[in-house]
Amino acid sequence: MTQLPPPSAKKLGLVIDLDTCVGCHACVISCKGWNTENYGAPLSDQDPYGADPSGTFLNRVHSFEVQPNEAPAQLIHFPKSCLHCEDAPCVTVCPTGASYKRVEDGIVLVNESDCIGCGLCAWACPYGARELDADAGVMKKCTLCVDRIYNENLPEEDRQPACVRTCPAGARHFGDLGDEDSDVSKLVAERGGFDLMPELGTKPVNKYLPPRPKDVATPCAPLETVAEDGHGFAAWLDRALSALPGGKS
Amino acid sequence: MHPAPSVIIFTTFSGLGFGLLFWLGLGVITPTGISAFIWFAIAYIFAVGGLLASTFHLGHPERALKAFSQWKTSWLSREGIASVVTLIVMAIYGAGLVFADTPYALLGWIGALGALATVFTTSMIYTQLKTVPRWHQPTTPLLFLLLSLGGGALLAGQVTLCVVLLIAAAAVQLFAWYTGDKRFTQSGTDMQTATGLGDIGTVRAFEPPHTGTNYLMREFIYVVGRKHAQKLQAIALVLGCIMPIILLLIPFSHIFAALAVLSHIAGVLTLRWLFFAQAEHVVGLYYGQR
Repeated sequence: MTQLPPPSAKKLGLVIDLDTCVGCHACVISCKGWNTENYGAPLSDQDPYGADPSGTFLNRVHSFEVQPNEAPAQLIHFPKSCLHCEDAPCVTVCPTGASYKRVEDGIVLVNESDCIGCGLCAWACPYGARELDADAGVMKKCTLCVDRIYNENLPEEDRQPACVRTCPAGARHFGDLGDEDSDVSKLVAERGGFDLMPELGTKPVNKYLPPRPKDVATPCAPLETVAEDGHGFAAWLDRALSALPGGKS
Repeated sequence: MHPAPSVIIFTTFSGLGFGLLFWLGLGVITPTGISAFIWFAIAYIFAVGGLLASTFHLGHPERALKAFSQWKTSWLSREGIASVVTLIVMAIYGAGLVFADTPYALLGWIGALGALATVFTTSMIYTQLKTVPRWHQPTTPLLFLLLSLGGGALLAGQVTLCVVLLIAAAAVQLFAWYTGDKRFTQSGTDMQTATGLGDIGTVRAFEPPHTGTNYLMREFIYVVGRKHAQKLQAIALVLGCIMPIILLLIPFSHIFAALAVLSHIAGVLTLRWLFFAQAEHVVGLYYGQR
């Protein structure tokens, strides 16, 4: 049923550090790779080598420019995937029961054999976390790599989502956000992790860590004016060029 | 929001069909025999044709039966159930009129209630979405109901009812456009809440995730329609409400009545196109577009 289960004690999710992310898109690629080769329908591409390529991705990295009042602009890379919301609007709108939130760990999944591809869950999601695969005709979304994290055939260090495992900057963290003593919960508490669009009441499990305050750069003194004293070659050149028609005095 | 033809056709024609079924069920007109057959055939062609059109935007229409299962939470599921129950009840009521020349009033009332419920649940599919502030307001179901009942009254040849309902629909539509333009800013969702970066400074979308387009941008960011929105609004109201009213109020002729119906359908199709094309989804914020 697409009724949401009572909040689970275990809330698996990601913590994404906007201070550390360098915008390399490695998480995008590893996500696409793992989820094309494993769970469910592959993430298809349309016209991949043509003039108008597009495709299904479960994780996309945006880049935002933030302009403070009195400081240089900052460029912030912003990975975005399913936030595995506690009050997930995508689950309750589903007419077939294909969309569901797991009781045991809170992961939001799609049972692809029940999905009719109506797209309503993608309409209900404020974060753009769901994409209808143009080839398979079913809704695709982040599974939190449910086929990795519990997979005992993989070495233990690989039992985390592909995006987390691959991030070269260590900007992505995976863990139980329902457990106050977990590393991810401590990180969120310490760094002031926040929710995206909290006003929509979706109660996302995934948290974002804000960029740390930047050092305040001492403003550089302007360069000294060349040949202000009126001596030497540069001063002569300045006078000579200024004397030409159109030159300033 | 992308104005998909299948959904525009679906909401327009199923709205008209269920509107006509409402008045038939209520007993406002009780045709019998072959004439009843024609009335019901028109209503069913519109209602069922519209519902079938809606399946064209599904990725897997062959699994559509599964959509009847989640009525506890899903307005789409509720709509499916309401429509099928209404169509079955009204088929029995219609059979009574066609074959037995008898209106089974109780069945008709249940069917009329079902027709209302169907149009209401259709409208709630859109109204429930907090992600589309323009739709997330009480005018949406009110407008769907008024247009459906007004169009149904037009098809049923009920001049007074039709005129009153279409005037009401036009008034609610004008109000919905007026409030709708402000809904996005009033919703409180903006670049700052979307990114959480507002404490640092002004946030601007700098670089999209990919050079190409994607499903989200195709589905949720549709700016083409806004250029001529005001002209289209005027055209839609004239065709959908004003022309039919004028054509109904001049002395009756079958040609004018047919023109009134055609004009109304063209107007409602335009209204529905605008309903989608003007709607802005909050996910556009991440792309710096709405």
